[in-house]
Amino acid sequence: MLMINLILILLVGGLLAMLSERFGSHVPRMVALAVVLLDLVYLLLALSGLPELGGLQAPVPGDPQTWLMHYRAEWIPAFGISFEFALDGISLLMVLLTLVLGAVAVSSSWTDVTTKCGFFEANLLWTLAGVLGVFMALDLFLFFLFWEVMLIPMYFMIAIWGHEQRAYAAMKFFIFTQASGLLMLVSVLTLATIHQSNTGVWSFSYFDLLNTQMAAQTAYWLMLGFFVAFVVKLPGFPFHTWLPDAHTQAPTAGSVILAGVLLKTGAYGLIRFAVPLFPEASIDFAPIALWLGAAGVVYGAVLAFAQTDFKRLIAYSSVSHMGFVLLGVYAWNQLALQGAVMQMVAHGFSTAALFMIAGSLQERLHTRDMREMGGLWHNMPRMGAVAMFFIIASLGLPGLGNFVAEFLVLLGLFQVDPWLTMIAALGLITGAAYSLLLMQRSFQGEPDESRRLNDFGTREMLTMALMMVALIGLGLYPQPVLDMAQPVLDGLLQFSATVVGGQL
Amino acid sequence: MNLSQVQALMPLLILSLTAVMLMIQASIKRDQATAWVITAIGLVLTIWGAIYARDFSQTVTILFNVDPWGLFFSSLMALAALVTLLLSRESFADEGQRKEEYYLLLVLSLLGALVLIQSSHMVSLLLGMELMGVALYVMIAFPEKGELPVEAAIKYLVLSACASVILLYGFALLYAATGELSYAGLGVKAGQAYAQNPLLILAGTGMVISGIGFKLSLVPFHMWTPDVYQGAPTPVTGYLATVSKGAVFVALTRMYLDGQLYQYPSLISALAVIAIASMLIGNLLALRQNNIKRLLAYSSIAHLGYLLVVLIALTGKGLASDAVTYYLTAYVLTSLAAFAVIARVSGEDATQCQISAYEGLFWRDKVQAICLTVALLSLAGIPLTAGFIGKFYVITVGVQSSLWALLAAVVVGSAIAIYYYLRIIFAMSKVPEDTVEHQAYPGRVLALFLTLLVLVLGSWPESFINYATSL
Repeated sequence: MLMINLILILLVGGLLAMLSERFGSHVPRMVALAVVLLDLVYLLLALSGLPELGGLQAPVPGDPQTWLMHYRAEWIPAFGISFEFALDGISLLMVLLTLVLGAVAVSSSWTDVTTKCGFFEANLLWTLAGVLGVFMALDLFLFFLFWEVMLIPMYFMIAIWGHEQRAYAAMKFFIFTQASGLLMLVSVLTLATIHQSNTGVWSFSYFDLLNTQMAAQTAYWLMLGFFVAFVVKLPGFPFHTWLPDAHTQAPTAGSVILAGVLLKTGAYGLIRFAVPLFPEASIDFAPIALWLGAAGVVYGAVLAFAQTDFKRLIAYSSVSHMGFVLLGVYAWNQLALQGAVMQMVAHGFSTAALFMIAGSLQERLHTRDMREMGGLWHNMPRMGAVAMFFIIASLGLPGLGNFVAEFLVLLGLFQVDPWLTMIAALGLITGAAYSLLLMQRSFQGEPDESRRLNDFGTREMLTMALMMVALIGLGLYPQPVLDMAQPVLDGLLQFSATVVGGQL
Repeated sequence: MNLSQVQALMPLLILSLTAVMLMIQASIKRDQATAWVITAIGLVLTIWGAIYARDFSQTVTILFNVDPWGLFFSSLMALAALVTLLLSRESFADEGQRKEEYYLLLVLSLLGALVLIQSSHMVSLLLGMELMGVALYVMIAFPEKGELPVEAAIKYLVLSACASVILLYGFALLYAATGELSYAGLGVKAGQAYAQNPLLILAGTGMVISGIGFKLSLVPFHMWTPDVYQGAPTPVTGYLATVSKGAVFVALTRMYLDGQLYQYPSLISALAVIAIASMLIGNLLALRQNNIKRLLAYSSIAHLGYLLVVLIALTGKGLASDAVTYYLTAYVLTSLAAFAVIARVSGEDATQCQISAYEGLFWRDKVQAICLTVALLSLAGIPLTAGFIGKFYVITVGVQSSLWALLAAVVVGSAIAIYYYLRIIFAMSKVPEDTVEHQAYPGRVLALFLTLLVLVLGSWPESFINYATSL
């Protein structure tokens, strides 16, 4: 029930936030923040009752009893569809990330959103609810439902509160995800139909559909259906074109949620569904996926280098960073997978913070064009220092979370394909180039003395400090996160090894 | 004909009686309110009659096959007519003119639809189709002002009459080749007759397909649809989209099953081509529309294409026949919800049908905007709405029958469709420049009720799925 409650609190909270607007336009923000924090506290309290995470045995992918939590209730028995939720280390990490970044997003909407605040906060909370559903649903029908439904509030956030080209960006975002989602739907239904004809029983449960016997070619096509849906969301090269538009045009809180959380649903889907459901097909496909990942790392970095729009640059850097996740997943060994999970968390924090800085700049300067910035450190020293921190975090400075992540991915990848590792490592160098360029163009250089700009206030500094602590923590002592993911990854690796007898 | 056969025909009898009552009432004292009440009572009784007749399911003469499946659709169509009646009241009431004939026409047209649904013979099929169609021509032209309704009615009259003639000629050719006119007999004998006289069968089948394709507005027989949708009064458009098309599709399904037409691969390939063309062309043409009624016309072309996918997968009772039941029900309810909102927001003013007229609807009238959003999302097949479960059925059925080319068209078509549904939703969500308080539109209860049905059917479909299986 805990998992359903987590979602319900956000759904009802969204409704409350919308209704609370009649008491004043600042009330919805407080309601939203309270709801997200309540959800977080509720989760943490519930977790204290669970066994120590580090000492957990490896959860067997096919056996829900070995997971941290499992809940199942009938929904549409005619097709074997149920409300099935389960939680293991990786989903728990993602849920925690979602809720923390949810609070950050509410904070970043504090002064950014001025019209229809109630409806905005409601959409924000509903998106979070959908994302939590994606991370916890283990019935494929239910998973698809959350996957699609979370798009609608996100669409409204971009379409109503976005910047000048919001209609185009919102539409592109929705169509990309929806069209690729349809391919996944066909795959899900085909998988369920094959299971039904094998066993005579309809089921959409993950635990039943693992180990479904089918022809190799069928498995390959079905795997592609899942892969495309997840890689569009990730986003991986060459399906990334929606991302720069959506990120640039979304309001700050929308960008934070998009980059911090929504992209991770794609990575999560790959680890949870695409590979375990079709291990053999994934081996055949892994070389292609790895090349796509490496291409994304380099291509995203090169494009980021060419941008003049502050937000667009960060958006392309996301393409580059998420390429590492794709590499980590398809290298499919302990080190690389750990790196991928680490990257999901670290990139969530660093990019969310950078988007918040971009939003604050836009709010103060009314432009995102870096050619009109320069010397902002002089005007706003606190913001400059904060920006410096997150930019070097994003370029992968040792001691911060992103470095650990990318290093682990490269280390794991080296065992699989040394040449590709060299190409991917180029991403670190180009990353340094575009990140420092971003810093130079906007915060350094000749200051404009006539500018009167408000520096970061207490609320902003508090939010930023939270994320700084998180990144430093991840960089200096990543063990707790690794421990949470470790048993799950062990279980997955053992599972795929028993199915295909070896590494991907 | 014995008593239980009469009881089986109860819905038809009640409707006929309602028509007679309306005529008698008009000859005594012409009064719109009374006519409205009589029609409403008649329609409610028809729904009851369809439920009552379930216990007497049987074949009645060679013309009718009364079965629970048909009776379910009879009650659904009567419900759609009732919605049309409720919507029409607002549209026509304000002028104080004599409009009683409209109600009579509505009842007669529904009678035709129910005949069509229950028929098991080409003669009753044609009778039902014509009764429904002729009444519909007049309903389309009913508003006295404006040229659009008359243009739409004439266009529909001429083209529909041609289609009927072609259909009739097709029947004649098939009869000449097989000597049969019942669905079952014709389907069985067509195979043997083809060996002796292939040309007659081919020409006859082709003509029947084009006749029925016209009524269902499948590509390439779809040209009339947008003009008629646009020109007709909005409640009548809703009626045309749901009752007229739904009844013909039920008849087609029955013909397909009773005649075991799934044994003819060449027929299936022809239907597959039509289905793919409808899904792709319908969705592509909808992209460029700025009038919401024209847009829904093209979207309905695509939806009939999706339904045809299910029809192609039919081989008897089973998942595919449940899929027809579910999809058609979902489509009828969703369309009614959409037209209920459009009838209120656009009224009979042609300029108000532009998408630009819907800008900022969210902030003017939340309820209507939410209802239309849910209806559009259901048409687009987004989860939690009835339309999604419908799409779920279409894809599952397609996968089971390995119709990969058709499934590809479903996916591509749905991906295109998202764009134009979102365009309307985007227009509605625009924050208006002025802060003037707009008056809410009247009559939101009906739209709210239909929207709720769409959501319930999409979120808790279990009981309806079981019901559909039991039919």
